[in-house]
Parts: sequence; C-alpha cells; structure tokens
Amino acid sequence: MGNDKIGHHISAQFNQDLQNIRDQVLTMGGLVEQQLEQAITAFTTGDVELAGQVIRQDNQVDALEMVIDRECSETIARRQPAAIDLRLLIAVIKIVRELERAGDKAERIAQMAIKVAGADARHNHHRYELEHMADVIKEMLHLSLDAFARLNIDHVTETTGQDVNVNREYENILRRLITRMMEDPRNISYALDIIWAARALERIGDYACNICAHLVYIVNGLDVRHLSQQELEEKIRQPQN
Amino acid sequence: MTTPQARTHAIDMNAVLLHRRATLKEENQICIKVENLDLYYGQKQALHNVSMDIPKRKVTAYIGPSGCGKSTLLRCINRMNDLIDNVATTGKILLDGTNIYDKSVNVAALRRRVGMVFQKPNPFPKSIYENVAYGLRIQGVRDKRILDETVENALKGAALWDEMKDRLNDNALGISGGQQQRLVIARAIAIEPEVLLLDEPASALDPISTLKIEELINELKEKYTIVIVTHNMQQAARVSDYTAFMYMGELIEIGSTSELFTNPKKKQTEDYITGRYG
Repeated sequence: MGNDKIGHHISAQFNQDLQNIRDQVLTMGGLVEQQLEQAITAFTTGDVELAGQVIRQDNQVDALEMVIDRECSETIARRQPAAIDLRLLIAVIKIVRELERAGDKAERIAQMAIKVAGADARHNHHRYELEHMADVIKEMLHLSLDAFARLNIDHVTETTGQDVNVNREYENILRRLITRMMEDPRNISYALDIIWAARALERIGDYACNICAHLVYIVNGLDVRHLSQQELEEKIRQPQN
Repeated sequence: MTTPQARTHAIDMNAVLLHRRATLKEENQICIKVENLDLYYGQKQALHNVSMDIPKRKVTAYIGPSGCGKSTLLRCINRMNDLIDNVATTGKILLDGTNIYDKSVNVAALRRRVGMVFQKPNPFPKSIYENVAYGLRIQGVRDKRILDETVENALKGAALWDEMKDRLNDNALGISGGQQQRLVIARAIAIEPEVLLLDEPASALDPISTLKIEELINELKEKYTIVIVTHNMQQAARVSDYTAFMYMGELIEIGSTSELFTNPKKKQTEDYITGRYG
C-alpha cells in the first residue's frame, strides 16, 4: 500500500482533489516543522526577532487547518467516499488538528524564548536544556509526516517508541529545574519558563504519535489510539483477517 | 487528569462491545442459506459456486457491476429463473432449512413466502384496493371484512395508507411512480411473505420517493427478511445491514455494511466501492 492507493479513481478530478488535500497537509506539516525548528533556535540563541516570526507564522498554520477541513467536508459531501478514501479524509481532519496544536505549542516555545531572552545572563546555560529533547521531537514529527506522505506504516512503531525517551527526558529536566528552584527561590521565574517550554515540546511529541495512529487507521483501518506502545506493536503485527 | 467522578461516568467500551456482539449473535438467525450455487444460461455460466448466509429480519444488499449476477442470484431465491428457458441450476438454497430446489417444493407456495418487487413499478390496471387484495382473492378469500382489514394493514405497512385511504377505488395507474412502487410493495406484503426480494426498487424514482422507499425498507425489516439488489452503492450503505459484493458471477465478499464500506477485506471490493479501475 502506498501513494498509488490514492490514485486510480475513474474520476480524475477525485484523484486530484485527494492529492491536493494531501499536498496541503504536507505543506502545513512543513510549516509546523519550520516553526518548531525556529522556536528551538530562538530559545537557545535568545533570538527575539526569530521568536516573533514563529508567533506570526502560526496564523498561516491556523488558516491552512481551516482550508483543509473545508476541503475534506466538501469532498465528503460531493463524492461520498468509501473505504480508504473515507478513512483518509476522516484521518486528515484529525491530523490537521494535531498539526495545528503542534503549531500552537511551537508558538508557546517562542513566547517562552522571548521571556527567557530577557532573563539574567546567569541563567543562559539553561537555555540548552531543551536541545536534546528537541532533536528527538523534530525527528518524530518529521518521520510521522514522512510516513503520511508515503502512506507507509512500516516504521510508525519506531517513531511512537521514541515517546518513552522523550517523557524520560522531560522528567529529568523537571527534576533538575525543581532542584534549582529549591536552591534559590529567585530561580523560580525563569525555571518555570523553561518548564513551560519543555512541556510544550513534550506535547508536540504526543501529537506526532497521534498522527502515526491516524495514519495506521488510513492504511489498514485499525483504530490504534489510546494504546500503550506494546499494545500498538502487537495490534499492528496481527495479520488482518 | 480524570477525576474520580468522571471515571464512574466513563463507559466501559469493552463491555459495550461484548454486549453488542452477544446481541448480534442472538439476532443472527439464518433465514436463507445459499450453498455452492452454480447457474448456467445455456452454455454460459452466470453464477460460480456462490455460498452465503442471509440473516433473518435483516436487510442484505447485493452490489456489483452490471452483469455480475446479482439479479440472477436474487431471482434464484424465489425460483423466478425457472421461467427463463435454458436455465440450469446446481447447488442448494435452503429457506428455513428446506432446499427450495427440491422436487417436492411447490413453486407457487414458495413465491407466496418469498415476494418480489421489480425495478419498474408494475401495478395491475385495477383499483388501488383490488391491487392489494389481488393476492388474497386468487387464494380464494371472499370475506369483505378480511379483505378490507388486509388492504388497510398492507397499505399501512407500505406507508401508503394516509395518502390512499380516500381514493382506494381510483385506478392504480393514475398515482405517481413512487406511490406505485409502494403500492406494489403493499401488494407483496398483503399475503404476508417471509422474505421480500427487491430488484433495484428505487432506480426509476426521484430522490424523495427513493428516500421514502428506503425508509419503508427500514420499517419492513422488523417483520421481513429483505434482500435488495441496487446499483446505487450509497443506497446499499444507507439501508442494508449486510452487503455482498459480486463480480463476474462470483461472490467476492460479504460482510456487515459498516465494515464493508469503511474497511473492505478484498481489493476488488475496495476498487469497486471507491470507484477505481482495478
């Protein structure tokens, strides 16, 4: 199952409509990836201008969400899709919601970047707290969008599997910053800002996992939301009857 | 975080699913069992080893491209194909456990149990009342009270009573196509069959009349087992509980309608319902 699954309709216009929707989802995904990349750069380098750009770009992501939603509902109304076409449209409506939320979280990181940039230079080294976790998250988001582009679920469990590491990393950041806050209450303000940013980042990882779950639904019709990593792996491995 | 209060209100999905499955099992009595059915029109084989179960008091839809054998299969169920020359059938169709192709079966009696409605409404050129009473009259019923009661019940069953009660003596050919089709259904249910076969019952009707027929099918399934052939896949999706996809005389896939239209198991089914060429 792959890209060719979406084509081959007798109606060329239907092929085109579905292709347009997928292209727009990928455009939206690209924008969110860019937002995330820039938000993290802004956070670590203290680039307030770049952070402002991330915040402004969120309007574009929101607008795309509405456009794609409208096109999906129009296609459902006009074509009465079935089987994989129906699953694709239903899942796309959910995937754009995940992407929009991921965009909001990138915006949140950008807001925190602006606050942290204005903080005491003493705390500068803490800006790098997020860097490693951000690398993992960027990879997860990228892989989930890549799998969507190819409609291929061969590697989704590897992507969702990384969420465990992300959560562990998040706990570690939390523990370190709590220690800082206990050491000196004057640290509380900036530590909280970093925690908000870390929390936003961790949520983006969850959204990437959700995108993978929606993708599984498109490809083989299984509903794998709300499963543990182990349950997910088992369910995907099971042969379909 | 889920509050304890929210947790008590949460529905246990597993319990819901188990319950639904148990109810399904209870409901799913088989009405018609088709076993290894082959059918030949002369030399040409039109049905290839078709086997399927048709559950009682459910709507089963046959879909598939023109010439795939769905109408032929439907006509087998009340042996309408016997009326065509050069038709040979092998295999069995069990109606409540009895093979309808058994030599001892009285075909007229079979067709009383298995009523049929065709694509084009075919009322008799008689009054509305006489159309519905016709089946009873040829069975020799003369009692006016029984006839009146049956006509009223059948017209009510076909959702036509309110429109027709003041014009029962009008000629049936003078009413609209949608009303004629419902009249034909009333005529079919007047003799209280067990099974109703509908061969594209709405394809000659406008969208509103079509919806009325579909609504009627939904009501009729409480009392009758319904098998419907339709070219309109959305119609199959709307009215049926089970859908069978046929292709070139073979049964490709049969399953619950909701499953078949969202996640078909066979590629041929998927190509057909999504409008793809194979």
